[in-house]
Amino acid sequence: MADVAFTQAGTLLDRARQLYRDRPDRLAVAMVGHDEDRTVSYGEFLTRAASYAHALEAVGIRPGDLVVLVLQHGEDTLYSFWGAMLLGAAPSIFPFLTEKLDPARYFDSVQQLVRLSEVRVVITYRELESALRQTLAGIETLRAILAVEDLQPGGDVAEYLSRNPARPEDTAFLQHSSGSTGLQKGVMLSHRAVLNQIAGYSEAIDLRPDDVVVSWLPLYHDMGLIAGFMMPLLTGIPLVLMSPFQWVRDPGLLLRAIHRYRGTLCWLPNFAYNFMALRVRDRDIEGVDLSSCRAVINCSEPVYAESHRVFLERYAPYGLKTATLMTCYAMAENTFAVTQSPLDRPLVIDTVDRHILMEQQQAVPVELSDGAVAMVSCGIPIPGCEVCVMDEGRQLLPDRRVGEIALRSNSMLTGYYRRPELTAQAIFEGWYYTGDMGYLAGGELYITGRKKDLVIIGGKNIYPQDIENLLNTVEGIHAGRSVAFGVPNPQLGTEDLAIVAETDHQDAEKRAAMLREIRMLVVKSMDVAARYVHLVDRGWLVKTSSGKVARRANREKFMGEVLGLPDDSFD
Amino acid sequence: MKEQLRSFITSQLIRDPGYPLGDDEPLITGGLIDSFSLVQVQLFIEETFGVFIEDPAMTVQNMDTLNMMVAAIEARKTQG
Repeated sequence: MADVAFTQAGTLLDRARQLYRDRPDRLAVAMVGHDEDRTVSYGEFLTRAASYAHALEAVGIRPGDLVVLVLQHGEDTLYSFWGAMLLGAAPSIFPFLTEKLDPARYFDSVQQLVRLSEVRVVITYRELESALRQTLAGIETLRAILAVEDLQPGGDVAEYLSRNPARPEDTAFLQHSSGSTGLQKGVMLSHRAVLNQIAGYSEAIDLRPDDVVVSWLPLYHDMGLIAGFMMPLLTGIPLVLMSPFQWVRDPGLLLRAIHRYRGTLCWLPNFAYNFMALRVRDRDIEGVDLSSCRAVINCSEPVYAESHRVFLERYAPYGLKTATLMTCYAMAENTFAVTQSPLDRPLVIDTVDRHILMEQQQAVPVELSDGAVAMVSCGIPIPGCEVCVMDEGRQLLPDRRVGEIALRSNSMLTGYYRRPELTAQAIFEGWYYTGDMGYLAGGELYITGRKKDLVIIGGKNIYPQDIENLLNTVEGIHAGRSVAFGVPNPQLGTEDLAIVAETDHQDAEKRAAMLREIRMLVVKSMDVAARYVHLVDRGWLVKTSSGKVARRANREKFMGEVLGLPDDSFD
Repeated sequence: MKEQLRSFITSQLIRDPGYPLGDDEPLITGGLIDSFSLVQVQLFIEETFGVFIEDPAMTVQNMDTLNMMVAAIEARKTQG
């Protein structure tokens, strides 16, 4: 439904100008979860954004400068994000400090980002202001730390909208890869890329003027930022937004919001299907009607057919239809969506021989049986995007052969911010190499695994090397003698983090203390709980010929010897 | 009550029934269970002890250890 005006916009600011002119009184965002909902019109939204632009301009922010938001999920994040963009500056949302993270480590990661990326302004709360001032002292490129409480009304929105500080090819904002501090990558997205993504994806999901998006997704992640913020806002679709922290405590909140606002579209990572199926009480959703939903789209984690089944079984009595269950394959490097299952037909399931898939990297269709695996399609490429599967020599593979997924599109990243070497590694002859493994069949894309050893837990990306680096600091564990990997947890619909480390300590009490220390260290640094922490004697870990710990081989060994499960990887 | 909670947490959430979980051992800030598990604890408390701990009280500050959980349950029982 990308209308004529939308396709004429060259930048996100052109589009904001149209919206401010044409629908100042229409609903832009409804914030739910508090005692009373807060509804915000386009006029108010952009006026609030202008007051941030005003404050940023006062400290000397210019087009192209980087502004980092260290804020909770809420209105301030939305307005300050747009306030920076009104000036042609590039905002980026940093995950907020949680109760579990060690503040010192957290501030250190903010400091690294600010220093390495030459961030000009950090916007935060008064409560964090002094700690950030201390941490960031002496970084000459930083102009200011602003607290939202000190913000004064001001700034003429119409004047800001008349400025045109950005060209279509300029960076609109950065999305930072979550989780890894050591490997922090800022994905640069141009205005043109973001507009192309929204136009292409709107077409893929047949976005309609009467759609309503309901989201609890974090805004520092591509799914939340694009599907749960930028797309509805820029297409004039009402957005009903809640905080992920409130949703975790009260998952029924999402369903009540769908009911109240007649929500039609919702994006969820796979674990949320299991979580919502198991953790919502009947009495919390009494009288809730979900029949307004047009699509519930599973995205950003491997899709389990079983997760869809339990979700549907739980919510069919509330009016949820089978036909709403959809999938999407997305990444920040393509702004968001790469493929989407068409909404006008049921999800395609490809039943293939498990053994041949694992041993020969080929997807051979078979009847459903013990040796078969049911692969859920991630859909077809969205308009403006091409997808192919490449072998190790980066040569095209035919249908049904497993290889690395590569894409070429009009919504790709410009590059990684100040990391030209990473950009050159990832983009080759115009194709972006995703690091995900999969195959194509009949135009549909199936994901089988990952080339890089990434663990996705509850939609959050965890890099094993970051965990292993942490373990090097634990007394009793030799440097390089530990390994971290993901183990599937079908009951939760996500992966569990497992850690195996070698130690010479034999004393049971000493080992118990080490286990505690490791768990504590991991949660304080990564904000994730390790499900399995396994201490072993020297010599347990499988090493490569060069003496490095082999993650995959150790994962296989752990799953077989410790958990008694067969290895399930396809590649 | 504490033993029931301890056994639920070690067997169902930590998945290690032999884990020597201390009364004051931090569960969430200690990296033993994640925030999603708190909802499971809440449901278990309701089903087992018939005590409903409202969502705003299910925070890390209030529910990080076995002793804290027991205190929260007792407080609501006496309020009756």
